[in-house]
Amino acid sequence: MTVGLTHIIVVSTVLFFIGMYGLFTRRNMITMLMSIELMLNSVNINFVAFNKYLYPDKMDGIFFSIFIIAIAAAEAAVAIAIIINLYRTHKSIDVDDVTDLKQ
Amino acid sequence: MNYSTAIWIMLLPLANFVLLGLGKKYLKNIAGIFSTILLFVAAAIALNIAYHYFFVDGKQNGVYQTINVCQMHWLSFTETMNVEIGIQLDALSVMMLVVVTFISLMVHLFSLGYMKGEERYCNYFSYLGLFTFSMLGLVVATNLLQLYMCWELVGISSYLLIGFYFQKPSAVAAAKKAFIVTRFADLGLLIGILILSFNTNSFHFQTIIQTLTNTQSPSFISITASSFLGMSTLTWALVLIFIGGAGKSAMLPLHIWLPDAMEGPTPVSALIHAATMVVAGVFLVAKLFAVFAIDVTALNIVAYVGTASALFAAIIACTQTDIKRVLAYSTMSQIGYMMFALGVSKYGSEEGLGYSAALFHLFTHAFFKSLLFLCAGAVIHLVHSNEMKDMGGLKKLMPITHIAFLIACLAIAGVPPFAGFFSKEEILSAAYQNNKTIYIIALLTSAITAFYMFRLYFSIFWNKPYQHHHHHRGEGTITMKLPLIILMLCAATVGFIPFSEFVSSDNHPFHSEIHIGFSVLPVALGLFGIAMAALFYFKQSDKPDKIANSLQVIYKAAYRKFYVDELYLFITKKIIFNCIAKPAAWIDKNIIDGCMNGVAFVTSFISSSIKNMQSGKVQQYALYFFAGIAALLVTVLYVWK
Repeated sequence: MTVGLTHIIVVSTVLFFIGMYGLFTRRNMITMLMSIELMLNSVNINFVAFNKYLYPDKMDGIFFSIFIIAIAAAEAAVAIAIIINLYRTHKSIDVDDVTDLKQ
Repeated sequence: MNYSTAIWIMLLPLANFVLLGLGKKYLKNIAGIFSTILLFVAAAIALNIAYHYFFVDGKQNGVYQTINVCQMHWLSFTETMNVEIGIQLDALSVMMLVVVTFISLMVHLFSLGYMKGEERYCNYFSYLGLFTFSMLGLVVATNLLQLYMCWELVGISSYLLIGFYFQKPSAVAAAKKAFIVTRFADLGLLIGILILSFNTNSFHFQTIIQTLTNTQSPSFISITASSFLGMSTLTWALVLIFIGGAGKSAMLPLHIWLPDAMEGPTPVSALIHAATMVVAGVFLVAKLFAVFAIDVTALNIVAYVGTASALFAAIIACTQTDIKRVLAYSTMSQIGYMMFALGVSKYGSEEGLGYSAALFHLFTHAFFKSLLFLCAGAVIHLVHSNEMKDMGGLKKLMPITHIAFLIACLAIAGVPPFAGFFSKEEILSAAYQNNKTIYIIALLTSAITAFYMFRLYFSIFWNKPYQHHHHHRGEGTITMKLPLIILMLCAATVGFIPFSEFVSSDNHPFHSEIHIGFSVLPVALGLFGIAMAALFYFKQSDKPDKIANSLQVIYKAAYRKFYVDELYLFITKKIIFNCIAKPAAWIDKNIIDGCMNGVAFVTSFISSSIKNMQSGKVQQYALYFFAGIAALLVTVLYVWK
């Protein structure tokens, strides 16, 4: 059995919803960040897969996924900095303890 | 002669106002001297112009010319409808220039001593500068709109000066009253100006007069043909303009502000509320007299309002005890004389005797009335009270003031050979020729005038020995005595000026004579009034009180100024307040505010019902985000297509 486009899309979809589930259910902010990374990766898989199967002579999808990886790295740095700061002020990284945004 | 120096007469008082207003810090100590010198220069220029105009080259072919000294384009509405600002000199304007600058100079001089040590000394002189500037702008106006602007400017400077002692609530109330009443009347003036200008396509005095005196012109036909409530458009326009004039000149029933305006410093009363601003109404009617003369109805209204005011004010003046209020009512009465003299006049040289007489009386009145006020100022300065009962027996203490006051009283009572005699005789003979009813009322008024003026004179200077001996400050400084002496000489002599040879309704000078036979009756009545006053007030006695008691109802009514103030209060507080202000307040409170409150209530209701969405929980926000995306997806895929 050859691995087709459909298989890969199924994998990426599963990965995406696992990430989404993690984002909504976990209370630990680090875990939430990891879930977001999962969602981003599922998107990367989509880009690479579409590039390979639909436009094999072009490189756009690959470049785009590299771009996303770079952005994700920066985003992780920012997110972790936020989490550290929150920990300093709230002594907790539980997302339910941080509801100051409503003010 | 080149009349362009006239512009300096205007600019010097303006410079005075601006410099003293802005440079208060630096000019504080020399403010009085500074503005007096500026005014002196302005008065000298004005006298020079008057000399050249009247004696050298103003008259050509026996007619006084109208000279446009300068004109500046200011606003243009259409091709033909322009507003210009400029200086126009004719016999009337030149005469007014002399009166305004001269009296203003005297008042400046007197104020040097009178206002000394005042905290707002500098402001006082800068306001005087503003007033003088705007009054001069008014008398040299080339068009109705410039006149209207200056008209409002004199109103505001009058407001500022009446309310000069703004620590006193009564002064504040008086200032507001003066401003509101005259402003209300000015509404009439504005509408009148607009009607006239709409029909003649011009604001310019000369154009308006030329268009309307030509009975063939289409403007004249259209303005006289259409009518509203039984009067033609022209009559309405003139009556509305006269309402403006009546407001400024304190004619019945818009006179209520003038007695209260006496709250201001006394020199201000001499300048604004006796000699210059209050005669602006007379000036206005005189300036448009050629148009008024076409319309008999409007002129009759002027005549009867003038007569009624003259008599009404004279009766009230007999009962007042505040010396400045007596003088205020006497001013109103004398302006009434001027108004009815205009009202009984016709257009033309000899037939226009009333016109010349009115302006002659304006001229002489300016001198003796400002003198009376300045004397009253000197008396108040010494006694520190406005009430007659605090005075008496001052003749030894202030000899110069005494003589000056006596001469001014003789002048206003019409005793020959003082100034008021000549002008009053002319007015009476003009009235005699044209309207007997007015003549009889005027005679009666002149007897009453003599009575109340000498009541004032005897109560201040004779009556009883002066009680308060603890302060002998005398009559004040030389700068206070000098204007009294100068004005006294003027009040004694200006009557000999053959006025009708200078100012007449159609600018053709004519010669008018006083017939000895005619003047016997008015002079006798005047002397009778003086004798009555002497009988009652020369020595302290209970005769005045007895008379007052026997005429209780009339006396009380006159003392309360015939309840006109109360009537106004009734109309404004009871009728206007209840019928207009209260419903308006209800609409404002319930409908206007209701709409606003409704909007605010709906907004706050919606926001309070959805504010729980803003929980501060990141995951909930993420959920909204995904829900939004899902909704967008559904919309794009299935609904929108």
